[in-house]
Amino acid sequence: MMRDKYSRPHVAAQGVRLKTSAMIASIAGDDQPTRMAPFGTALVELAKSRPDVVGLSADLAKYTDLHVFAQAHPDRFYQMGMAEQLLMGAAAGLAREGFLPFATTYAVFASRRAYDFICMAIAEENLNVKIACALPGLTTGYGPSHQATEDLAIFRGLPNLTIIDPCDALEIEQAVPAVAEHQGPVYMRLLRGKVPLVLDKYDYRFEIGKAKLLRDGSDVLFISSGLMTMRALEAAAELERSGTRAAVLHVGTIKPLDTETILNEAMRGGRAVVVAENHTVVGGLGEAVARHLVLNGFSGRFHHIGLPDAFLDAGALPTLHDRYGISSQRMAETIRNWL
Amino acid sequence: MTGKISNTSLEQRARNIRRHALRMAEVQGQGYIAQALGIADVLAVSYFDGLNYRAHDPEWEGRDRFLLSIGHYAIALYAALIEAGIIPEDEIETYGSDDSRLPMSGMASYTPGMEITGGSLGQGLSIAVGMCLGLKRKQSGSFVYNLLSDGELDEGSTWEAAMSAASFGLDNLIAIVDVNNMQADGPSKGILNFEPLHEKFAAFGWHVQRVDGNVIADLVTAFRAARACGQRKPRVIICDTKMGKGVDFLEARERNHFLRVEPEEWSRALEAINAGRAS
Repeated sequence: MMRDKYSRPHVAAQGVRLKTSAMIASIAGDDQPTRMAPFGTALVELAKSRPDVVGLSADLAKYTDLHVFAQAHPDRFYQMGMAEQLLMGAAAGLAREGFLPFATTYAVFASRRAYDFICMAIAEENLNVKIACALPGLTTGYGPSHQATEDLAIFRGLPNLTIIDPCDALEIEQAVPAVAEHQGPVYMRLLRGKVPLVLDKYDYRFEIGKAKLLRDGSDVLFISSGLMTMRALEAAAELERSGTRAAVLHVGTIKPLDTETILNEAMRGGRAVVVAENHTVVGGLGEAVARHLVLNGFSGRFHHIGLPDAFLDAGALPTLHDRYGISSQRMAETIRNWL
Repeated sequence: MTGKISNTSLEQRARNIRRHALRMAEVQGQGYIAQALGIADVLAVSYFDGLNYRAHDPEWEGRDRFLLSIGHYAIALYAALIEAGIIPEDEIETYGSDDSRLPMSGMASYTPGMEITGGSLGQGLSIAVGMCLGLKRKQSGSFVYNLLSDGELDEGSTWEAAMSAASFGLDNLIAIVDVNNMQADGPSKGILNFEPLHEKFAAFGWHVQRVDGNVIADLVTAFRAARACGQRKPRVIICDTKMGKGVDFLEARERNHFLRVEPEEWSRALEAINAGRAS
């Protein structure tokens, strides 16, 4: 889309204006239970029993929740400066010497700027580096420089790499020790700060490579990852009010994909399948699921909710989630119209 | 076993490294042979006066790490690893062939003694920083050597790592820069001028030495000084080397980043090395 920067916007005295805070990272609803800095807290907990754990930041410790770890273990924290290639190279070196590095930055910088280092210094060598990145997909209103709308597409092509897209605070807390236990490189999307707590109501247990059915329903099957599982659950509740019964299958691991569970659920009961992801529709969960279903004879109805193949707008996050169709309300509308 | 594994002179070691490299290149009829001939003296001093290692146990925890970030110099490092007894000499004939442990570009998973996967230039020094930090965490006295080329100085990541190494005071890091002034597209200084190199590294907070990389005695002095320097700084030895060193007609080639050599020329090249004009 071409924007005309010389066309002045309509400036009117409106009711409530969304503030900068809405632009940065607020994905929690007003009355939603949350936990503070689940990643940093879980890493501190893990470090108690794992002396090999070290944390690295590229000048974003405060914004990835790694500062919690840095405060608890200053001697195990490495500030690498705003140098993401160095961050990944040094993490590889530390892993070579037997340590378990958690390398953190924003998803845009890891995927776009440091890709070759992650590819050649880490993944090709199958080194035990855990890359944990904040601001995945559309979780900031800063515009394309900070919106990692294609990180999964970039990383899915990388052999050896395990990719995690956690839904909420509970899953992040559970994923940290799980990825530490896993031998090999991991890319994990992070939600930071006040992170919603949702999965505690579903008796959820994170396991690498396992998709889990959170809610059953006979009309629609949502297959979702990351924060879109939260949205799918809300959309399912909304749809229920108008008599549509939706199931939600949460795919916490994008790679390796739990193809067995996905296929079983998609084939069960002739439900319409909807993949929902906080990512461009190119190269993410949707295409991964579609490929697998097509190869295995699925011939039912299929819909894909994701971000457009475009550089997205700057603005307040709630506005943008509505604009691009990934708010729960917009999701419910989309599905109602589609069915 | 430490570095000084035999009484054979370092000059003889360097000649042997050149011979092994020429024999490997002959298998393919071409290769990065000019670099190998140029860096042979540096490798002889590294493996026979500088590094601690155990030939029969390449992953011995107490070893000094030698990181080759310039993957295409693999032919030179294989030659040194053969001379050091880490790779058997009879594998020379497999160089660059299917299923060989000696691929054209050096990779850690293929070859004993190859610490990292090079090839994507500009990664080695960052990995070295991480390994140095790790060794310090383990309170190890081992050093990390990183051989990089002048071409790698084009990569911004090299300078991220250079700043970082000084920032962390990594006195267990020794970078070796091979300045042979030749890159894929031609003479390095005409590609992206990296001089004044001594001043640049000094300004980045490094202990700097610059030597003729084809004079064994000077290299020995510099390598020993780098280990012994006592300052809480990373160390760099800038080595000015001659592409094709020891084989006059290869030295004379104008564009010698990747050399094709005629079949009859290999024996002439070997003769030149054997005649002792190598150093």
